[in-house]
Amino acid sequence: MAETAVVEKEPLFGKKERKLLTDPLGDNNPITIQVLGICSALAVTTLFFKALVMSVAVVFVCAFANLFTSLLRNYIPKQVRMIVQLVIIATLVTIVELVLKALDYTVYKDLSVFIGLIITNCIVMGRLEAFALANKPWRSFLDGLGNGLGYGLILLIVAFLREIFGKGTLFAGSPAEIKIIGASIPSEGIIYKINTAAESGIGTWFSWYANNNLMVLPASAMFVIGVLIWIQRSWRKELVDIS
Amino acid sequence: METFNLFLKAAFIENMVLAYFLGMCSYLAVSKTIKTAFGLGLAVIFVLGITMPINWVINEYLLSDTGVFGTDLTFLRFILFIAVIASMVQLVEMAIEKFSPALYNSLGIFLPLITVNCAILGGSLFMVSREYNFGDSVVFGLGSGFGWFLAIIAIAAIREKIRYSNVPPALRGLGMAFIITGLMGLAFMSLMGIDLTKPM
Repeated sequence: MAETAVVEKEPLFGKKERKLLTDPLGDNNPITIQVLGICSALAVTTLFFKALVMSVAVVFVCAFANLFTSLLRNYIPKQVRMIVQLVIIATLVTIVELVLKALDYTVYKDLSVFIGLIITNCIVMGRLEAFALANKPWRSFLDGLGNGLGYGLILLIVAFLREIFGKGTLFAGSPAEIKIIGASIPSEGIIYKINTAAESGIGTWFSWYANNNLMVLPASAMFVIGVLIWIQRSWRKELVDIS
Repeated sequence: METFNLFLKAAFIENMVLAYFLGMCSYLAVSKTIKTAFGLGLAVIFVLGITMPINWVINEYLLSDTGVFGTDLTFLRFILFIAVIASMVQLVEMAIEKFSPALYNSLGIFLPLITVNCAILGGSLFMVSREYNFGDSVVFGLGSGFGWFLAIIAIAAIREKIRYSNVPPALRGLGMAFIITGLMGLAFMSLMGIDLTKPM
């Protein structure tokens, strides 16, 4: 007897799909809730621009690794799936590395090993294991995109806070660098070769502000993320873990 | 003395976890009790000590332009390194299972986790960018493994104690672990000024 398969119609961008994309931004954030991918997150958050480049790289790798794994999911033997996944991720990361090297060599030098470390970024691997191996390509792609964006969001918040309080600038290291708070010419007499916000018509605020060097240290990233988790969990009580 | 200095530097001054924040995921996930932290720490020392020299040989004799193929194949570095790490972890797992079932039982679950521990791949990439020789790479691997071991034992001990303290509910668990790690990182920074090239 011929099976009459009831094909569940999957809309291209229905409610479920939207949820896949928005959940990781808040309630199921890869960094603050799932605790994945913190490894490479902390070292790149000293400057906003570096964090931006890193986020774009992770979004790209995460989305496409999910897509390709999902396409191959029925052909990967279970025993070697880790190695297959790692090869897919490593290939994508190599592409990112080469593109970045060609586009902006100084940022590439700054990020150094951390681009390579996207391979072992637990978000990518974790989403492949938890989602892409069991779901259809389009949904996996959205899931990857969502988780990459959730990761990027936290990265950008942390980097924004660290750069603005640590250096008083925004987008340092890129052509669009501007000085926002603190004196535009530091007391040591070093003249920044950048547009101050004053020149661009905004004006530097709080010219008495002295840069807080703690925010430049790697440890401050831990504090900032810790406090972010604190804020998120006191706002959403059900996320508190009991242990 | 040089090698000993490198070991100290890798373990304390440039501690993988507390100075570079590498290997954070498993560090935070497995540090709830000292017992499990101990198992994972040992496994990390083991795997770092093995993969580092192997990756050194691969980088020097296969990938560099003075190697067997005579061309610059460094763009294959990520894929080869991670393949070596994944297969070494698999091999180590099988070997331990065969020769020491007791150790296997205590490490069992943590071994596969090590493949995605950034400290392992990060160590190999640092080794390349700092141009270590073969002996140095072995010492650096063991040293940074030892540093990772120390760090995870330390945080596990603190987390066991802090369970009895009155932490605000929203900060309990993960949030507190982050802040403790930040404080530990600050404490370890005091070691950064030490210059091992000068006599004590």
